[in-house]
Amino acid sequence: MTVLFYICAALAVLAALNVVLQRTPVYSALSLIVVLCALALVYLLLGAEFMAVIQVVVYGGAIMVLFVLVIMLLNAGKETSRQRSRMARWLGVPLVTAFLAEILIAVWRQFPPGTTSPPPPPDGSPAAIGHLLFQSHVLPFEVTSILILVAVLGAVVLAKKEF
Amino acid sequence: MGTFSETTVLLVIVAVKIAFVLVFLLTAIAYLTWLERKVIAHIQGRWGPYLVGPHGLLQPLADGIKFIMKEDIVPLEADRITYWLAPFLGFVLAFLSIAVIPFGGSFTFRGLPIQFQITDVNVGLLFIFAVTSLGVYSIALAGWSSNSKYPLFGALRSSAQMISYELSLGLAVVGVVILAGTLSLRGIVDAQSGFWHIGRVNTWLPHWNIFAQPLGFLIYFTSAVAETNRVPFDLPEGETELVAGFHTEYSSMKFAMFFISEYANMVTVSCLATLLFFGGWHGPVFGPVLLQVLLPVFWFGAKVFCFLFFYIWMRGTLPRFRYDQLMSFGWKFLLPLGLLNILLTSFVIAWHEAP
Repeated sequence: MTVLFYICAALAVLAALNVVLQRTPVYSALSLIVVLCALALVYLLLGAEFMAVIQVVVYGGAIMVLFVLVIMLLNAGKETSRQRSRMARWLGVPLVTAFLAEILIAVWRQFPPGTTSPPPPPDGSPAAIGHLLFQSHVLPFEVTSILILVAVLGAVVLAKKEF
Repeated sequence: MGTFSETTVLLVIVAVKIAFVLVFLLTAIAYLTWLERKVIAHIQGRWGPYLVGPHGLLQPLADGIKFIMKEDIVPLEADRITYWLAPFLGFVLAFLSIAVIPFGGSFTFRGLPIQFQITDVNVGLLFIFAVTSLGVYSIALAGWSSNSKYPLFGALRSSAQMISYELSLGLAVVGVVILAGTLSLRGIVDAQSGFWHIGRVNTWLPHWNIFAQPLGFLIYFTSAVAETNRVPFDLPEGETELVAGFHTEYSSMKFAMFFISEYANMVTVSCLATLLFFGGWHGPVFGPVLLQVLLPVFWFGAKVFCFLFFYIWMRGTLPRFRYDQLMSFGWKFLLPLGLLNILLTSFVIAWHEAP
């Protein structure tokens, strides 16, 4: 299990680096799919089978398809601009450091030094997630649905050429 | 068996299962091409392959040798990495989904419980959807990387079609999932054992989901045919307008890999139709123990064969859709129908279970 975790983690990190460093947009998008699938495998190792599969269906199979299709349709070649924005140069490193520190603190709080084994994972079965979504958190769930519906209507109106 | 640890034995069993399923599936796909040519030929009043072997039975072998021997041509302007990646991706994904398909019950061999299934995942149905949803990349990448106009058109059509019909495919099976109360394929089949009862009267009608979900089955099968890019939804490779669609620039074994993955997807989709709507491996079981173990596998195979035959039959019968008809059919007819089916099913179940 640990070996599998390290393989998946290494794959995710390498692919994520490739997303940023790659100059061909299609390869970047494909690397992002690899990242998402590697994360799904990590979920699977944690016992969250439902989350793992949904991750692949929604991110890998639906959202990233649109990314890839748009890149292909625009026929984007290689990135040529070497000019970096000044803001990125000054803010990039501090922001990354702050982000990493934040993650470290979060992990530190969750597992203070001295904890030997992590707590048992919560139930990740479809039934448990269904109860959480449709009973405990039904209001945020419905609000999100309405939000998405509004976005869909907006997209249809924008895409329609004549009224 | 005492000298080996339990993990070793389990690993060996899984390896044997994988090898068996792979060999069987590849052979089945090879002979599916033969069957398709033969059946289409007879529908059209021709003989079909007749020269290699009796009734052309060795034709798949000859085709295979030919595919390997042919020159592998790569277009000069092709994007090399993705051009290579696309057929392999399609091939791997097409075979991955077979891993969770149960094709029989279970039996004990020297105290070891053995299932007719490579692995039983409790979200098996979703796993298959996840794997098929990734299959779009194979086609999209193939079309794009060829750097040629007809493959790109074919890939765009195909991707749009697969994304659209994936929705109604997903909605169609929700009714079955509600009835079975599980996403495990084995669980869904187990829920279909026995006969339908009206009150206390036995109707002697098998307890298959097709009788409870006829609408769901129609939506499922229509979308499944569209998902596998087969006639009458084979616009992505409509030869009259697009030469051959996304695989125009592919030759030799890479072309064969697209071909094999298309047929493997047909087999998967037929297996899923059998499991979800036609009771999987359930059927009359009798006789000695060996027969009792093997008969369910036979029933499963027979049902899957019927679907595959139906696929070919449709190809010999129906003309192709027009592209705008295809899109409006998927979005404006199948999708609302799928939603209606979910509503109906949940209302009936809620009404039944109400005190």
